[in-house]
Amino acid sequence: MIEARGLTKKYGEKTAVDDVTFTIRPGIVTGFLGPNGAGKSTTMRMIVGLDAPTTGTVTVNGRPFAEHASPLHEVGVLLEARAVHTGRSAENHLLAMAATAGISRRRVQEVIELVGLQDVARKRVGAFSLGMGQRLGIAAALLGDPQTIMLDEPVNGLDPEGVRWVRHLLRGLADEGRTVFVSSHLMSEMALTADHLIVVGRGRLIRDMSVSDFIASASTESVRVRSPQATELRELLLGKGAKVSSSARNELDVVGLTTDEIGTTAAESQLTLYELSPVQASLEEAFMELTGESVEYRSHTVEESAA
Amino acid sequence: MSTLTEPRHQPAAAAAPRIAQPVNFVRTVTSEWIKFRTLRSSWLVLLAAVVGVIVIGQLIGYNTGKSFSHLAPEDAAPSGVMQGYFLGQLLIGVLGVLFVTGEYATGMIRSTATAVPRRLPVLAAKALVYGLVAVVTMVPTCIVTFLGAMAFRSHYGHGSSLGDPGNLRVVIGTGVYLALIGLLGGAIGWIVRNTAGGISTLVGLILVLPVLFEVVPGTWAKSVSKFFPSNAGSSFVSTVHAADTLTPWTGLVVLVAWVVAAIALAAVLLKRRDV
Ligand SMILES: Nc1ncnc2c1ncn2[C@@H]1O[C@H](COP(=O)(O)OP(=O)(O)OP(=O)(O)O)[C@@H](O)[C@H]1O
Ligand SMILES: [Mg+2]
Repeated sequence: MIEARGLTKKYGEKTAVDDVTFTIRPGIVTGFLGPNGAGKSTTMRMIVGLDAPTTGTVTVNGRPFAEHASPLHEVGVLLEARAVHTGRSAENHLLAMAATAGISRRRVQEVIELVGLQDVARKRVGAFSLGMGQRLGIAAALLGDPQTIMLDEPVNGLDPEGVRWVRHLLRGLADEGRTVFVSSHLMSEMALTADHLIVVGRGRLIRDMSVSDFIASASTESVRVRSPQATELRELLLGKGAKVSSSARNELDVVGLTTDEIGTTAAESQLTLYELSPVQASLEEAFMELTGESVEYRSHTVEESAA
Repeated sequence: MSTLTEPRHQPAAAAAPRIAQPVNFVRTVTSEWIKFRTLRSSWLVLLAAVVGVIVIGQLIGYNTGKSFSHLAPEDAAPSGVMQGYFLGQLLIGVLGVLFVTGEYATGMIRSTATAVPRRLPVLAAKALVYGLVAVVTMVPTCIVTFLGAMAFRSHYGHGSSLGDPGNLRVVIGTGVYLALIGLLGGAIGWIVRNTAGGISTLVGLILVLPVLFEVVPGTWAKSVSKFFPSNAGSSFVSTVHAADTLTPWTGLVVLVAWVVAAIALAAVLLKRRDV
C-alpha cells in the first residue's frame, strides 16, 4: 500500500509534481502513466525517500519509507536512472545490498536465477547491455521479498521475451497479494499488464481509474462509411444528430450513430453503401487525447518546424 | 504509542522465515566492507600507497645515510625517512574521495540510500571501514618503511631505533595521519559528490592552500597556515620541532578537529539534500 497525500515537488521554479494524491492498493498491478517529464520518476523517488517532497506526504505500508526497520523488505524498487556501481560484478552488487538486511547468499543466487543472469553474474556491470542492467535492477528489487514492488519503466531495453516475462512476473506478484506499481509511457503495455491506472501530465494527476473503465470511457467509437452519394448521406446523418467528418472523397467518419442506424438511414433513402465499418480508437490514441494538453516535450513534424 | 505489529497480507510467506532482517549498524558496515573489497581500484590504490611509501623511504634512507653530514635538520631527523607519506597522503586521500564519489558517479548511491534510507549509518559505516583499512595497511607500512630505511642508515652509522624518543609516535603517527587524510577525503566526497571536484578540493586543502599561505607576506599568514590539516599533521609526524609550528599533540588535535568538522558538515548535507 502506497499513499500519497498532496505530494508536491519543486526544483527551483519548476514544479515536477503538483499536489498529487493517490492510493496504490495491494493485490493488483497499478500502472503509472504519463508523457515524458510528467513527474513519474520524481514521484517514485519521493516514495522511497531519495527526494524529499516540497509539501505533502507519502507513506508505504502506513509509514514513511525511511522509518521501516527493514526497507528492502517493504519496498523493492527499480529506478529509472542507473543505480549500480559499474566496477562491481552483478553478484557482488547484490551481496552488498543483501548485507544491509542480513539476506542470505542463497537468496542472492535465487534472484540471479530468477532474472536469468546466472551466466554473467560474475561479470562487471559496466559491460552489461541495457536489458541485462534492467534484469539486475529487477533482481535487486526482488531481493528482500518485498511487500511492495515499484518499477520505473521496467521493460525499457528488454527484448520481447523479457517484456512478456516482466508482465507475468508482475501479475504473479500481485496475485500473491503484493502491491505492484509500474510506470510506463505505453498505454498498450499497461492495458496488458495493469488492473488500475494512475495517469499524470505536467505533474498533475489526470486520472485514477481501473483499466477497463479507462478503455470503455476513453475509446470513442466512430463508423467509417463509403458511399457514392456521400454528400446526401451526410445531410441525412447530420439531421439525426451525428457528428460527421470527411477524410476522403466519398468517405465519411460518423460519430454518434451505430452501424445499424446508419445502414437503415441509407436504405430508407435508397442510397448505395460501399462500406460501413466501426472503427475503434486505439488505446494509444485515447491516451494521447487524455494527456494531449499536458504534453510538455512535443515533437514537431518537419513542416511544423519549418513554418 | 502502540507496539503491536500489524499483520501482513502474505499468506505464503507467513510460515517461512523472513528473508530480510532489520537494518542495523553491523549490517551496514558489512555491506560497506563488501563494497570496498569488491572494487579492483581499492586494492590497486592501496597497493600503490604501500609500495610508494616503502620504496621512497628506502631511497631516502640510503641517500641520507650516505650524505648524512650535509643534511638539513628535518631530513637528518629520524622522521626524515617517512617523507614518502607526501605521496601516500595523496593516494589514501583520493581513495577516500573515490569510495564515496564513485557511488555518485555511477548512481550506486540511489541503491545505497534505498537500502539504508536513514543515510547517516552509511556515512559512519564508510568512515569506519575505510578508516580501519587505512590504519591496518598504513601503520605496518610505516613500521616497515622505518625499519628498512634505518637499516640503510645504520650501515653508514647513523641509525635510529623505534625505541628512541619520539620515533614510535612518528612512525605509528604517520600511519594514523594517512588514515585521517583518508577520512577527510571521504568527508569531502560526501560534501562535493563529484570525483573531480572532490579530488581538487582535497588537493587544494592539503597541498595548495598551505603553500599559498607560505608565500603571503606578513606573520599572520604563517600563524594561520600552521593550522591547515597537512601542516598540523606534519607537526605530529616530525621528530624536529620547527619554530612557528604546532607541538606534535596539538597538531594531532587540530587535524582530528578538521576531520570531525568535515564529517559533521557531510552528515548535515547528506541528511538535508536529495540523493
Ligand atoms: N533533479 C531535478 N532537478 C531539476 N528538475 C528535475 C529534476 N528531476 C526531474 N526534474 C524535472 O521534473 C520534471 C519531471 O521529471 P520526471 O523525470 O519525474 O518525469 P517522468 O514522468 O519520469 O518522465 P519520463 O517519462 O521521461 O521518464 C521534468 O520536467 C524534469 O525536467
Ligand atoms: Mg521517468
